[in-house]
Amino acid sequence: MLIKRPSDIPASEVTPRAVYLRRREFLRAAALAGVGAAMGTGSLGTASAARAGEPIPNVRPSRFSTDEPPTDVDDITSYNNFYELGTDKSDPKRNADQLETRPWQVVVEGECEAPGVMGIEDVLRDFPQEERIYRLRCVEAWAMVVPWVGFPLGDLLKRFKPTSNARYVAFETLYDPTMLPGQRRGVLDWPYREGLRMDEAMHPLTILATGLYGEILPNQNGAPLRLVVPWKYGFKSIKSIVRIRFTRDEPPATWNMMQPNEYGFYANVNPEVDHPRWSQKSHRMIGAGLFARKRPTLKFNGYGEQVASLYAGMDLAKFY
Amino acid sequence: MRPNPRPRPDRIIRLVKPAVFAACLLPVVLLIWRTLDGSIGPNPVEGITHATGDWALRLLLVTLAVTPLRRLSGWAPLVRLRRMLGLFAFFYAVLHFITYLWLDQFFDWQAIGADIAKRPYITVGFTALALMVPLAVTSTRGWQRRLGARWKQLHRLIYPIGVLAVLHYLWLVKADLLEPAIYAAVLALLLAARMPWRDWYTRRLSGSHSRRAQVAR
Repeated sequence: MLIKRPSDIPASEVTPRAVYLRRREFLRAAALAGVGAAMGTGSLGTASAARAGEPIPNVRPSRFSTDEPPTDVDDITSYNNFYELGTDKSDPKRNADQLETRPWQVVVEGECEAPGVMGIEDVLRDFPQEERIYRLRCVEAWAMVVPWVGFPLGDLLKRFKPTSNARYVAFETLYDPTMLPGQRRGVLDWPYREGLRMDEAMHPLTILATGLYGEILPNQNGAPLRLVVPWKYGFKSIKSIVRIRFTRDEPPATWNMMQPNEYGFYANVNPEVDHPRWSQKSHRMIGAGLFARKRPTLKFNGYGEQVASLYAGMDLAKFY
Repeated sequence: MRPNPRPRPDRIIRLVKPAVFAACLLPVVLLIWRTLDGSIGPNPVEGITHATGDWALRLLLVTLAVTPLRRLSGWAPLVRLRRMLGLFAFFYAVLHFITYLWLDQFFDWQAIGADIAKRPYITVGFTALALMVPLAVTSTRGWQRRLGARWKQLHRLIYPIGVLAVLHYLWLVKADLLEPAIYAAVLALLLAARMPWRDWYTRRLSGSHSRRAQVAR
């Protein structure tokens, strides 16, 4: 956003330099003091609430972005399926401040030569951040266009040197009912889990998102680090990731475990395969207004040119 | 049958009835307001669909609560609210269906036909609405007279309608069954209140009056 449409950000919204410097101090303190040590001190304790919405520096545009107009930021941040923060779509925004995203660590393990742990600040520093304006198609037959900020998942995975045994990648969301009130009820089999086949994970369209509209990701959108796989239904794009594991076998996935006939492991957007309870042939654009017609849903959410070859020879009605 | 003496005009119910009427209209007024000012949220079609469906179901349950409440309170005039409540339940169910036909499907009859035939929750919801039509039509005093004893039989359709409506809701939820489960529990309670518990109870106490008690019901 910063690069493509600078006029969109009025001067009044740019973070004052003093606040910005304090953030850097905080980062340094956190890096030096290590996990948790910096969290208790005064204004720094509320750092995460202040951080969501801060600009991410040096965001580069991407050739993978769509030129469709992005959905309004208020809609993207107030209409969320994030059951950890409540099952109603308005709940995640309301409960967002209960989630503390600093410090945050992601464990990477399993079938790899260099398992390890990565802090979110290292992730933001080490991987060049790009803006990826992607279509998002929810399995509930609504859609948005979201200007994510992030980087290819493959760049991070390669760093941990997956072995030839690594055929899948499994992801896990934070499990902490004190910060994620939705987890106090057994609506889903917590923690939320998802998985990708290795070639899907390494595909250049697959990203880990750290931001939205050029700024640090709001908590209700899966801060501080979430998956985005634009050709799959939204539930595959797991939020608030704390664990990544290379596996030999297809890993369990939350919705798939709960209703295997309704939510497949692949979950590629496909108008030819209906959800048993509703049609997937069309969808409603969020923000289009009361009298807007539904739009026809495209196979692979319109990303077929880039990803259809991953599924050559597969019966997508069987592997839905 | 001995002609009933005309019931004495009950002043309280005369005051209560317009108040209940206004209360039943309030949800649709609020819904229009929330749609116009945008507070209904980023997906207004979904918001309207859910609100009209919620109120159809709630008023259906309120209608079903009239008879048990009348028995519990012993306040007979309560029954004079029942037709109005039932018609409001129908009103919201019709709004719910129109929202689906118009705002959701834009009169795409092929898609609508496929939905009603293929999607169990839509089949069930549509059936519930269809069954409400004869009840709404025959809700007038004239039809009540014309149908006589069969009127009561016909209007027992409200029980399967209640079950279908709750099923319609239960079936469309993805994971969080709490809300539809609450409606199901209330419905179960209201249907259970109609079981001949009281007769069974009186029969145990007095032994011989059971048959008469059942007939009187």
